[in-house]
Amino acid sequence: MVLFTGGAVIFVAVMGLVLYALFADPDRTRRLTGDHLVLWGGLVFPAVTLAILLVYSISVSNAVTRPPAQDALRVEVIGHMWWWEVRYLDESGELEFVTANEIRAPVGRPVEVALTTADVIHSFWVPNLHGKMDLIPGHVNRIVFTPREAGVMRGQCAEFCGDQHAWMAFHFVAHEPAEFEEWLELQRRPAPEPPTPMLAAGREAFVAYGCGACHRVRGLEGADGDLGPDLTHVGSRPSIAAGRLDNTVGAFGGWIVSAQHLKPDNFMPSFEHLDGPTLRALAAWLESLE
Amino acid sequence: MTALKKGEDAPPEGADPGLDQLRRVWAQPKGLSGYKEINNTDVGRWYIITGLFFFVAAGIMALMIRAQLAVPENDLISHELYNQLFTMHGTTMMFLFAVPIMEAIAVYVLPNMLGARDLPFPRLSSYGYWAYLFGGLMALSSLFFGLAPNSGWFMYVPLSGPEYSPGVNADFWLLGIGFVEVSAVAASIEIIVGVLKFRPPGMSPDRMPIYAWYMLVFGFMVLFGFPPLVLGDLLLEMERAFHWPFFDVERGGDPLLWQHLFWLFGHPEVYIIFLPAAGIVSTVLPTFVQKPLFGYSWVVLAAVGTGFISFGLWVHHMYATGIPTLSLSFFSAASMAVAIPSGIQVFCWIATLLNGRPILKTPMLFILGFLFIFVLGGLTGVMVASVPFDWQVHDSYFVVAHLHYVLIGGMVFPLFAGLYYWMPLATGRLMSERLGRWAFGLMFVGFNVTFFPMHIVGLMGMPRRVYTYPAGFGWDWYNLTATVGAFMLAAGVAVVLFDSWWHRRRGPKAGFNPWNAGTLEWLTPTPSVNYGLRSVPVIKSHYPLWDNPDLVESVRRGEWYLPDARSGHRETIRSSTVASRPEQVVRLPHPTWLPMIAAFFTAASFGVAIFKLWWIAGLLMGCLLICSVVWLWGTEDRPSPNRYDVGCGETLPIHLNGPNTHSFWGMALLLIFDGTAYLSLVFSYFFIWTASPEFPPPRFEGGEMAVAAACAVAMLLGSAAARLSVHANRRGRHGLYQLLLLVNAASFAAGALLMAQTLRMAGLGPTENAYGAVLWMMVSWTGFHVAISLIMTAYCAARGLAGRIDAERYQTLLNSELFWHFTTAVTLASLAVMHLFPQVA
Repeated sequence: MVLFTGGAVIFVAVMGLVLYALFADPDRTRRLTGDHLVLWGGLVFPAVTLAILLVYSISVSNAVTRPPAQDALRVEVIGHMWWWEVRYLDESGELEFVTANEIRAPVGRPVEVALTTADVIHSFWVPNLHGKMDLIPGHVNRIVFTPREAGVMRGQCAEFCGDQHAWMAFHFVAHEPAEFEEWLELQRRPAPEPPTPMLAAGREAFVAYGCGACHRVRGLEGADGDLGPDLTHVGSRPSIAAGRLDNTVGAFGGWIVSAQHLKPDNFMPSFEHLDGPTLRALAAWLESLE
Repeated sequence: MTALKKGEDAPPEGADPGLDQLRRVWAQPKGLSGYKEINNTDVGRWYIITGLFFFVAAGIMALMIRAQLAVPENDLISHELYNQLFTMHGTTMMFLFAVPIMEAIAVYVLPNMLGARDLPFPRLSSYGYWAYLFGGLMALSSLFFGLAPNSGWFMYVPLSGPEYSPGVNADFWLLGIGFVEVSAVAASIEIIVGVLKFRPPGMSPDRMPIYAWYMLVFGFMVLFGFPPLVLGDLLLEMERAFHWPFFDVERGGDPLLWQHLFWLFGHPEVYIIFLPAAGIVSTVLPTFVQKPLFGYSWVVLAAVGTGFISFGLWVHHMYATGIPTLSLSFFSAASMAVAIPSGIQVFCWIATLLNGRPILKTPMLFILGFLFIFVLGGLTGVMVASVPFDWQVHDSYFVVAHLHYVLIGGMVFPLFAGLYYWMPLATGRLMSERLGRWAFGLMFVGFNVTFFPMHIVGLMGMPRRVYTYPAGFGWDWYNLTATVGAFMLAAGVAVVLFDSWWHRRRGPKAGFNPWNAGTLEWLTPTPSVNYGLRSVPVIKSHYPLWDNPDLVESVRRGEWYLPDARSGHRETIRSSTVASRPEQVVRLPHPTWLPMIAAFFTAASFGVAIFKLWWIAGLLMGCLLICSVVWLWGTEDRPSPNRYDVGCGETLPIHLNGPNTHSFWGMALLLIFDGTAYLSLVFSYFFIWTASPEFPPPRFEGGEMAVAAACAVAMLLGSAAARLSVHANRRGRHGLYQLLLLVNAASFAAGALLMAQTLRMAGLGPTENAYGAVLWMMVSWTGFHVAISLIMTAYCAARGLAGRIDAERYQTLLNSELFWHFTTAVTLASLAVMHLFPQVA
C-alpha cells in the first residue's frame, strides 16, 4: 500500500511538472530549471526514498523467511507436469500419506513446505497466502507460512512449464485445528470398501482398465502406479485434474472419457470407448473415495 | 542562435566538379545491383524497414494472443500454437526488433551526425544486416511449419533441454538468436569505432552529440552483455545435440546456471534497448524546445552509470529461485539504484522543457507519451525491485504490465518519435501532422487501455504465459478491456506505417533542416545523400548549426575537409580518439556482393545445423571461409604516394600500421567480446563447482601436470614466434618470417593436442558428468581458437608470398598477432583453472 500511494504521488508530481513546463509562461518556468532541479529531483530525492524503501523491504523479507518453528507442520510438494504431489510427514520426518492438488493445514500453526520437482521448473504460488517459490530440479526450496483464518484459496503454478501450464492449479484449505485432525485421520486410512455393488463394479473397472498402472489407491491390489496422482481419497478433494474440474461424478466421467480434450497433451489418455455403465460405475466409485 | 535560411537544393550537375565526383563515387549501383550497396544510408534504411517488418510480425502475434485471452476458457487458439506465439512474440520483439532497430537507426544517422561519410567497416555492417535478415526470416518461418520455439523467450532448462523439448523447435531459437548475436556484435564494433575514431576534426568527446554518447555506451554494453547469452546458447546446444550435461541434474549440472547466464545477458539487454531510445529523446527533445539539452554532463554520467549498474542486477529475475535472502538484498539494492540515473535523465529532460516553449509537433507528442509511460513503468520497476513485493507479483500479469510500460514506453514511443523526426532525411518529405496526432492518440490511449488493467489482474493473481484461464475470478473484464486496447494500439501503429508509405509522394517537401535542429545530420540536403556532408567542417560545439550560422554555406561550398573525391575512392577522415585531430584518410570499400553472400553461407550453415546435417554445415562454413579470404585479400592496398591532400591545407596518410588504426581497434573489440564469453565459461566452471556435490570428481594425478606444462610451453613458444615474425617482416627478412609463422602454427597445433591429452589421460569424457563437460568445453574453446589461428597463419604466409605483407604494410599481421596472443592467454587461463585450481581447492 505504501508503495502504491508513494508511487502515485511521485507520478502525479512529475507529470504535473511536465504539464507546467508545457503550458506555463516560459519566462516563469525558466526560473525553475537549473542544476538544483536535477540534483534534488533526480538524485537526492530518489536516493533517499529508495534507501528507506530498501531497508523496509529487507526487513519484510527477513520476517517472511524466518526459520520454521519447531512445531511446524511439514509438507513436501513435488511438481509434476501438470499436477502437484503433496506428501505429509510426521514429526520424525516419516511419510504419513500422499495426496494431490490440495494442501490442508490448521489455522494458527506454521506450515513448512519443502518444494522439489519431478521434471521441469514449476513455481508454487497461493496469491492470497504467500509469494512465489520455484521448484527446481536438484534443489529443495522451502517456504514457511502460518494460515490466519479458515477457508479455501486457489494456488497455481507460476513458472511456465510446458503445454498445460495454464491448468496446473491446486487448493489450499485452512481448517480449524479439530477439523484438520479429522481430515488427517481420514487420510491416513486406506481407501474405503465400496458399500454398493455398483461402486464395487467401479473399483473392478479401475483395475481392469489398467488405471492402477499410473495411479495408486492405498488398500487396492493392482493400483500402485506413481506416474499420476494418488487417488486414495480423491473424492474428498476440492477439485480434480489439478483444478481443471470441480469434484463431481459428472466431472470424473467427463475427465476419464476426454482428458485429452479438457487438458490436451497431459499424460492421461482419453478412455473414449468405455461403455456407459462401466463409466458411470467408475466415476461414482472415484467420487465415493472420501 | 539565429534562424537558418531554408537552403536551396544542391547545385545541378556540372556546376561543381568536386560535388560531381562525390556524387559519382558514392552513387548506388543501378538496378538489381543496388543491393550490392554497403553505404550506411542504404543499408541503414533497409535495416530500419526490416526491423519494422519484424515489429509488425510480432505485433500480429500479440493480437492473436490477446484475441485468445479476450474471454475465459476460449478455444480460438490451441495451447500448442499459443505457446509458440508467446515465445515468438517475446523473442521477435526483443531479438529481431528492439535491438536490431536501434542498431539500424545508429547505422543510418550516426555517421551523418558525426560528419563521417560512412561507418568504419561498411562491409561488416552490411554483412550484419544480411545475416539479421536471413536469420530472422529463418526463425520466423518456423511458425508457419508449427516448429517454432515453445518454451518461452527465456528458454529455461530443463523444459528447453533435450528431454522435454526433443523437437527442433528449441534449436530454431538457439540458432536464430545466434544470428542476432552476430549482427549485434558487428554493429556494436562498428558503432564504437565509429564514435571513437570517425568524428570530424575538433569534435572532442565533450562536444559529441549526446546520441553518440548513448550509442557508445550501447556498443560496450553489447560487447559485455551478449557474451553470457552466446555461451549459454552454446552450452545448451551442446547439451541438446551431443548430450554434454551442463544443466542436467542427474549428471552434476544445474538448471540455475542457465538462468544466471540468461539474465546476465537479459538484464543489461533491457538497458541495451533503452539507452539508444533515451539517446533519441535527448536528441529530439532539445530541437522541439529550441534550446540545448539541459545538463549534458549529467546525462552522459547517467548513461555511463546505467551501463555499469545494469550488470549488477540480473538476479532480480531470480528472486523466487531460493537464493539466500542476504544475497537477494544486494541485488535488490542494485536494482533500486539503477532508478537513480533514470531519475537524473528524466529531470534533465524536464529541465530542458522548462527552459523554453515546447513545440507540440508529432515527434514531441511521442516524447511526452514516453515520459508519461516510462515514469509509470519506472515506478512499478522500483516496486518489483523490492524482494517481498516481487515474490508476490513475479510471473504474474503485473510484471507483464510493468515490462510493457518500460519497453513500449521506454523504447517504442521514442523510436516512433525518431521515425517522424528523421523521416525527412530518408524521403525528403514531412509526414502528416494530422495523421501523426491520430496515430499518437490511438497508440497512447490504446497502450494504457491494454496494459494498465494488467497491473490489477496481476495483483488479483493471474499468472503469465497461460493459454487460457477459468471464469469467475473477476479477471474476465480486465482481459477483455486489454484486448480492446491492443487493437487500438495496433490501429495507431497502422496509421504510422500507412503514412510512412503515403507521404513519400504526397507529403509536403521538407526542405533544408525542417525542424531547425542543431546537429550535423541536418546539414545534408533532404533527402540525404550517401556521402553525407559536402565537406567536413571543424566542430566547436554541441549544436554547430545553431551556434555557427555561416557553417551551412561554407560546408556547401566545400570549404572544409574532403570537398571532393578526385581519387575515385570512397573516403572519410579518421581522427585521433581524444583530441579529434585528423590522422588518416580512410579509403572505404565500394559496393560488393560479398557481405550478402557471406551472410547467406552463414545462414545456410546454421540452418542445416538445426537438422544436424553436420557435413553440409561444415561445407557451407568452408564456403564462408573462402568468402572471408576473398573479402580481406584486397585490403591494405599500396597507395602511391601515401599522402593525400584533404583540403584546409592538410595532407594525411592513406595507409597506416599500428595500434591506432581502426582495424586494430575492431580486432581488439572483437576480442573483448570473445574474452567476455570465455569468462562466462570460467564462471560456469565455478558455478557448477559450487553447485555440484561431487565436483570435481577425479583428481588429476601425476602425468597430466607434466603434459599441461608442455602445453603451456608450446603455446608460449607459438606466441613468441608470432612476435618475432613481426620483427622479421619489418626487417624485410622474408624467409625467416615464413619460418617463424611455421613455428607458430606447429606450436599452436601441438598445444591444442596436448591440452586435450591431459583430459584423455585422466579418463574424463565430455558426456559422463558436468565436470568433464565444462573441461572439454575449455579444450574446445582453445581448439576453436587454434583452428582460427592456423587459418590466420596460413593467410599471413600467403600474403607474405604475394607481397601483400611487407615492411611497409603489415596491419594484417598485427591484427593476427593480437588474436594469436589472445589464444595463448585463453589457453593458459584454462590450464590454470583445469589443473592448478583443483590442487589449491
